[in-house]
Amino acid sequence: MIELKDFSFSYGLTSVFENINLEFKEGNIYGLLGENGVGKTTMLKCISGLLRPTKGSCTVDGDVTFDRNPEFLENIFFLPDDVPLPDDSTPEGFFHALAAFYASSSEDEMHRLAKELNIDPKRRFKEMSFGQQKKSLIVCSLALNTRYLLLDEPTNGLDIPSKADFRRILTERVGNGQTIIISTHQVKDVENLIDPIIIISNSSVMLNASVETITEKLFFEYGGQQRPDALYSEMMPGGYLNVLPNNGMGESLINIEALFNAVLRNREVIKNIFNL
Amino acid sequence: MDFKKQKSIYQQIADTLCERIVGNELKADERMPSVRDVAIQLGVNPNTVMRTFDYLQQNEIIFNKRGVGYFVAGDASDKILALHRKEFIEEDLPAFVQKMNMLGLTFDDIIKMK
Repeated sequence: MIELKDFSFSYGLTSVFENINLEFKEGNIYGLLGENGVGKTTMLKCISGLLRPTKGSCTVDGDVTFDRNPEFLENIFFLPDDVPLPDDSTPEGFFHALAAFYASSSEDEMHRLAKELNIDPKRRFKEMSFGQQKKSLIVCSLALNTRYLLLDEPTNGLDIPSKADFRRILTERVGNGQTIIISTHQVKDVENLIDPIIIISNSSVMLNASVETITEKLFFEYGGQQRPDALYSEMMPGGYLNVLPNNGMGESLINIEALFNAVLRNREVIKNIFNL
Repeated sequence: MDFKKQKSIYQQIADTLCERIVGNELKADERMPSVRDVAIQLGVNPNTVMRTFDYLQQNEIIFNKRGVGYFVAGDASDKILALHRKEFIEEDLPAFVQKMNMLGLTFDDIIKMK
């Protein structure tokens, strides 16, 4: 389990997080959502031991992440949004360089995933498109088989078929008890994949709930009239998309973008509804 | 008040699996695909598919043999029909009647159209 306790982080005088409490439990694909610059990457860096919290603690299975114990480091991998790639390097070379540090890594797995995503592990990165590079890096990260995997904006640059492939190969993972955190602002790409959903804004956690809880507490109406009591509504073909407190209306289909907007605009109401 | 609904993903997946059972692609007393396989096939979180299976089990469409997996119930097709009837009466019919009222149509009008 990943645990942030009374966690604060600031860059000099600029505060990024204040007194956050957050847990990431095993075997889930967490979606970490927030606007640009709210600190999603900073949080992932703290969890992977690259940054030290200004206050409070950040632990993984009890290990303080910034202590960077080798046993801890072997169980976690963080794939940043942009990775500097040496000119002549290949996915295979990149994987080998990393695999040396991860006992659980599997070369066969890397080749299998590469095949599935149409990547040639022997091709040089510089001869690849941005999307292919990204796919290669995802393949390498997955094949390390770490207990925890942090992916920062993984769907950036992926073409449409690759996004579907990405969702498929990630789904395969969680059955094995792996815990994945995906940070993104491209929520459409990970709809139906992430559960629980965490929304951060204004230095704090605005929402942290499973999809089941969200459908219990909120109702998404598609194509109705604009409702005055809606937490958020926007026009859609055929009427309005409304996000309403769920007062016995049953279950509905979540629209993550609308959820995001509803949460950001109704901080206190959402806190009450979800007992945060 | 009447709300325009769209089914949640786990319900949509339940509908798809029910169609496959009714279409005899998944046969009575035979093993269901695993939660994991369905999740991978659809690129959907396994938690969601787990909810689908719970829901189908609650409605006695599938059953769980401990340690072996889920199986299609012998009378799954009857159960699905019953569930769809209930859904039609509770969800579709009220919306249908409301629309008829709005358009000033009666059941007599509709019978005459035949």
